[in-house]
Amino acid sequence: MTMSEGDLAVAQLKFVRQTTLEQQPPPAALTGALGWLRENLVSTPFNVVLTILIGLFLFWLVPGIVNFLLIDAVWTGADRDACREIVQNRPIGACWPFAWERLAYFTYGSYPIPQRWRVDIFFAMLAIGVVWILSLKAPRRDLAAYYCFIVLPICSFILLSGFEAIGLPHVDTVLWGGVLVTIVVSAVGIVVSLPIGILLALGRKSDMPTVKLFSVLFIEFVRGVPLVTVLFMASVMLPLFVPEQYSPDKLLRALIGIAMFASAYMAEVVRAGLQAIPKGQFEGAMAVGLGYWQMMRLIVLPQALKITIPNIVNTYIGLFKDTTLVFIVGIFDLLHTIEVSRLDPKWATPVTSTTGYAVAGLFYLVFCYAMSRYARATEARLAKSERR
Amino acid sequence: MKKIASIIALAVVFGATSASAQTLKTVKDRGILNCGSNGSLAGFGLPDAQGKWAGLDVDFCRAMAAAVFGDDKKVKYVPLSAKDRFTALQSGEVDVLARNTTWTSSRDTQLGLNFAGVNYYDGQGFMVRTALKVKSALELGDASVCVQQGTTTELNLADYFRANKMKLKTVTFATSNEAIKAYDTGRCDAFTTDASGLYAERLRLANAADHIVLPEIISKEPLGPAVRHGDDQWFDVAKWTLNAMINAEELGITSANVAEMAKSDNPDIKRLLGSEGSYGEQLGLSKDWALNIIKLVGNYGESFERNVGAGSPLKIERGLNNLWTKGGLQYAPPVR
Repeated sequence: MTMSEGDLAVAQLKFVRQTTLEQQPPPAALTGALGWLRENLVSTPFNVVLTILIGLFLFWLVPGIVNFLLIDAVWTGADRDACREIVQNRPIGACWPFAWERLAYFTYGSYPIPQRWRVDIFFAMLAIGVVWILSLKAPRRDLAAYYCFIVLPICSFILLSGFEAIGLPHVDTVLWGGVLVTIVVSAVGIVVSLPIGILLALGRKSDMPTVKLFSVLFIEFVRGVPLVTVLFMASVMLPLFVPEQYSPDKLLRALIGIAMFASAYMAEVVRAGLQAIPKGQFEGAMAVGLGYWQMMRLIVLPQALKITIPNIVNTYIGLFKDTTLVFIVGIFDLLHTIEVSRLDPKWATPVTSTTGYAVAGLFYLVFCYAMSRYARATEARLAKSERR
Repeated sequence: MKKIASIIALAVVFGATSASAQTLKTVKDRGILNCGSNGSLAGFGLPDAQGKWAGLDVDFCRAMAAAVFGDDKKVKYVPLSAKDRFTALQSGEVDVLARNTTWTSSRDTQLGLNFAGVNYYDGQGFMVRTALKVKSALELGDASVCVQQGTTTELNLADYFRANKMKLKTVTFATSNEAIKAYDTGRCDAFTTDASGLYAERLRLANAADHIVLPEIISKEPLGPAVRHGDDQWFDVAKWTLNAMINAEELGITSANVAEMAKSDNPDIKRLLGSEGSYGEQLGLSKDWALNIIKLVGNYGESFERNVGAGSPLKIERGLNNLWTKGGLQYAPPVR
C-alpha cells in the first residue's frame, strides 16, 4: 500500500534531480582565519574568557620585551657611556655592544686566544656528529654511532686538552669556559647517562641479588641527594682525602658527578619503559629461544625505549639546564661567564645584568626548543607504526 | 651538620700535616702557582673580555709567580667562593689564597691561616644621594638603609647606629644586586657595603654623579693574601712579595724605570733589586726576585692605580692604602 502511494507521489513531482549536487565549500564563517578564530578562540564562554586573559597578558608582556630587546636597545658603542640613559638622553634597552664585546668570552671562557681554533674544530666536529646521527637522510648512519661514541670523544679530548707529542700545547681545564664548558658537560652527561641508565634499569629488574642490590642502592642514593651536594662533595671534600697530585681535575670531578646523577634519573625513566612492556613480549622472546641479552636487544629495549623517548628527552633538557649548577664549584660555564661579565666596571650600567641574562635565556631557549622539536618529530615518526 | 663539621676538621688536620711542608719546593717542581682567587669582584679578581684575569689580588699572585719563577704568567687561578676558600687552602688545592679575605684573629688561629700582610685596607661605608645634602654618616639618624641580609655588614650597621644613639631603619635584601636596585629606585636613603664594593656598585646606578660615598668607615676590613700554617719559608715568600711591592713604590721604582734603577747607587735600591747582598737566596729564591716582580707586575702603587685607582673605572682614592709617607697605612719593613 504505502509503496504504491509513494511511487504515485514521485510520479506527480515535476522535477527529479538525476545527478548529485556539486560540492560546495563550507560556509565562510567556518573556514580560513575567521573559522579558525571561531573554532579555537571563542568556541565556548570559558574559551572567550581565556582568550581575553591571555590576550591581555601578551599585551602586557610583549611590547615591553620588544622594546627592551630591539627598539630601545643600544647596538653600537665602546663602553658603558653608550648604554647610560643620562649620557644618551633616551630610554635605554638591552646593551648589545656589551654582549658583543664579551661574545668571545661567553663562547671560550679563558681558553688561550691563539689556541681557540681547536675549540672551533671541536664545535664543528660535534655539529657534524649530531647532524649525522640524528638526521634520517644522512648516508652511512651505521658509522655515525662509531663516530659519535668513539672517534668524537677521543678527538675532542686530544683537541681540547692538548697532546704535546703532536704539537698541541696542554690547556688546563680551569681555562675552559662559556659555551664550551656547557656543551662539554651536557654532552658527556647525555652520552654517558643513557647506556649506564639502561644497565642500571636492567640491573634493578634483574633476578641476581647483588646486581639488583647495587643498582637499587646506587639509584636511590644518587636520587636522594641534590645535584648541588654531589658537585660540592666532588669538588670540595674530595681534595681533602686524596693527596694533591692524585686529585682529579676539577672539571672531571664535576663531569663524573653529573654523569652519575643523570644516569640514576635515566635508569628510572628506562625502568618505567621496561615495565610498560607486556609480559607476553618477554615470554614470546623466551619461547623462540632468545637468550637474555638477545631478548633485551631485539625485543624489549626497542619497544621500551620508543615509548620513553619523551621522558628521555625531558631528562636531557633538564640535564642541559642543570649544568649551570657547576658554577657553584667555580667552573665557568656559560651562565658563570655571563655572571662574571656583568660585573665588569667597563660596562657597569643598570641594564648590563639584564642584557647578560637575556643572552643566557636566548641560548638555553634555542637549544632546549630544538631538542624538544626533534623529540616530537621522532615520536610522530615512531607513532606511525602504531596506527598501521 | 655537626658530623660534617667534624669530618672537615679531621680532614683539615690530616690535610695540614701532609700538604704543609715544602710548599716552595712543590710549587717549583710543579712549575705553576695555584692561586685561590675571587673571580667575580671588580678590581680585585675578574676575567676581562679576553678571558685574562685582572685585579689587585690577581696582581699579588702574578707577583708571587714572578718572584718564584721569574714569569708572572705561571699562575693557575682557581676561582673560590667565600665559603670554600679556606678548605681549598687547607687541602693544598691552592698554594696561596688572595681573595679579598679579611684578616681576623679567629681566621688567623682557628682556620690555620697565616696572613702575609694587608694589600687593601677596606671598611664598611655608606653611599647617599647628593640631593639629601648629608655630609657625614652621623647625620643618617632616621634614614632608611639598604643592606644585604645575613652579612657582617648588617651587624656592623646595627652596632654603629646603636653606639651613636641613632635610630636605624634597615631594608634588607637577599643579594647585593637587589639591594643596590632598591636603593637606585629610591626605596632607601642610603646603601651600605664595603667601601671598595661601594665604588663598583655606584657605577651600576642610573646616574652615578647623583650619589656620594660618605667619608666615615665604620668597620675594619684589612684584606690580605694568606697561606697555610706550618710552612714558614712559604709564608716568608708571600710576605716579602707584598713587602717588595710596597718598598718599590716607596723607593720610586716602577715597572718602567726598574732597569735604570738597578744601576742606582742607593743602597736600599741595590739591596731590593739584588745587586747587593743575597737577600733573594735567603728566601729560597733567585737574586733578582724583586726585580722580576717590579718588572713584570709593577710596584704596589702601579697595581693599585691600574686595578682600582684612577687608571680604572672604579676610581677609588688611595686613602688608607697610601704609603705611610703620604698619610696612609702601607708600610713595609726594609730589605736588608
